[in-house]
Amino acid sequence: MTLRKYLVLVATVIFASFGEVSLSYGMKRVGPVSAAHWTNLISAILNPWVALGIVLLIGFLASYVSSLSWSDLTYVLPATSFGYVLLALLSVWLLGERVTLSRWIGILLVGSGVAIVTRGPASTAHQQAESAAGGKP
Amino acid sequence: MNALRTWSAIGAIVLSSTAGDVLLSRAMRRVGHVGELWHNQGLAAVLKAIVTNPSFLLAILFLAISFFGLLAALSWSDVSLVVPASASLTYITNAFAAGLFLHERVDRRRWLAALLVGAGVAVLAA
Repeated sequence: MTLRKYLVLVATVIFASFGEVSLSYGMKRVGPVSAAHWTNLISAILNPWVALGIVLLIGFLASYVSSLSWSDLTYVLPATSFGYVLLALLSVWLLGERVTLSRWIGILLVGSGVAIVTRGPASTAHQQAESAAGGKP
Repeated sequence: MNALRTWSAIGAIVLSSTAGDVLLSRAMRRVGHVGELWHNQGLAAVLKAIVTNPSFLLAILFLAISFFGLLAALSWSDVSLVVPASASLTYITNAFAAGLFLHERVDRRRWLAALLVGAGVAVLAA
């Protein structure tokens, strides 16, 4: 794993977290959309926060897809779950929410999962293919 | 009855998002290293390789199904049940599916990470 690849993983986390925050902030301003007036969903896109959220989520998809092109799914998913921790911390710093004990336990569990998986190899299927072809294991 | 409906929806969300992630991963492995491809052949070639890949298109279909399944489940049940349950179970099913269909070597380290993250997400989002 090179520094550039770690940066793509970090970008995946940041795009996803800020994209979701922006979307939910925008949709709260738009208000609830009922099934009978589902066309209101289309005009919701015109809300600047929803539009920003969509742009950020496109950035997420691009970095997620690109990280999957060189890493295993079982590496990328736990590694990017750090976004849940980031969201919890942002809600403390930016929104002044109080973090309960169960939240701290959740942060600790996710954080240790991320630490464990990122200390291992990013790609195993490629390694196997190489060793099967007679390369180094 | 209501609980059954909610858990069926959670099951459908978990299965479709797992299928979506596995297919996306398969598509990108087929496409190859995006950075190198971009460097050698340009961005248009990268985009073309991705959107013409059948696994990618199927992946988008499954991810859309899981998104609308989530919307449906949220209209029947509490967000504090649906989101943590489906998000955390997806880490576990993905570990199974990646070993089975993508032949990733899901060793003890990967399993431990999936279980810890799954448990952590359930606690965080509840």
